[in-house]
Amino acid sequence: MEILNLEGTEDTPKIMLDKKNGIFEISGRSLPEDSAEFYRPVLEWLEKYAAEANASTEFVFKLEYFNTASSKLILDVLSALEDIKGMKILWYFHEDDEDMEEAGEEFSELVEIPFEFKTY
Amino acid sequence: MNFIYDLHRTMMTQKLILVYEGDFTQETTKSILAMAERNLDSSGEDSSIKRKVFNVMVEALQNIVKHSSEKGTKAGSLVSSSAIFMISKDENRYSILTGNPIAKEHVASLTKNLEDLNAQDKEGLKEMYKAIIKNTQISEKGGAGLGFVDMARKSGEKLEFIFPEMDADYAFFCLKVNVSREKE
Repeated sequence: MEILNLEGTEDTPKIMLDKKNGIFEISGRSLPEDSAEFYRPVLEWLEKYAAEANASTEFVFKLEYFNTASSKLILDVLSALEDIKGMKILWYFHEDDEDMEEAGEEFSELVEIPFEFKTY
Repeated sequence: MNFIYDLHRTMMTQKLILVYEGDFTQETTKSILAMAERNLDSSGEDSSIKRKVFNVMVEALQNIVKHSSEKGTKAGSLVSSSAIFMISKDENRYSILTGNPIAKEHVASLTKNLEDLNAQDKEGLKEMYKAIIKNTQISEKGGAGLGFVDMARKSGEKLEFIFPEMDADYAFFCLKVNVSREKE
């Protein structure tokens, strides 16, 4: 599968989806003007990946900040991950960022995927 | 030219640390955020409070961007299609203040929406957020319908709002969102 690699900007996150090397990560800031448009390639990539997924997948979210429009798309991403066997979410938050920790907890209540919480 | 001094004095007495008046786009949003962030950083503000202020700013600014496509109006002799964004800071709190024209037909539903939010406690807002995010679709304007809920959650205080009349068709939607500087 092709690698999806998007450099982060001041209003969009860095995205790395690399099946071969087992790297699946969304990190940084997410407040794009058009969140649906921005996350479309991610959702398309995941749809293809679902058909030929690795035996286990650790998907990393390491977000510093996301706006509400992105939160809807993050839920869409999580929903796309939900049907993939061996899926696990690693939800990183800055050690004093309770809001980001709580956001992860809320997402974990909305989808049936194991979440592991980590600080950075 | 006395208005220059008047405006300056108003900014001082209202403790405004940032004012932007004009057209709002994603580009201006990014510039305003960068300016405010530098200000918060240089003042050495606590990082969790900084994040909450940033959060409320983004939602407030993107709300204006989404609705600024709505046609403006003439209020008195002033053509006012533009909006205003301000941040004030005193010893106890930051306030994120916005004002933008809205069609009067939307005032009743927006008022109800905001009053419903203000009637909720922390737990109620969380449940609202989860209920909306599960069922919402991203609108044509790019919103998820979660902006005010999120602002209310990050604020922890009631949202304050008024709708002064501009003309027969438009009101000026003024919103104030407080973020306490006291650590929880």
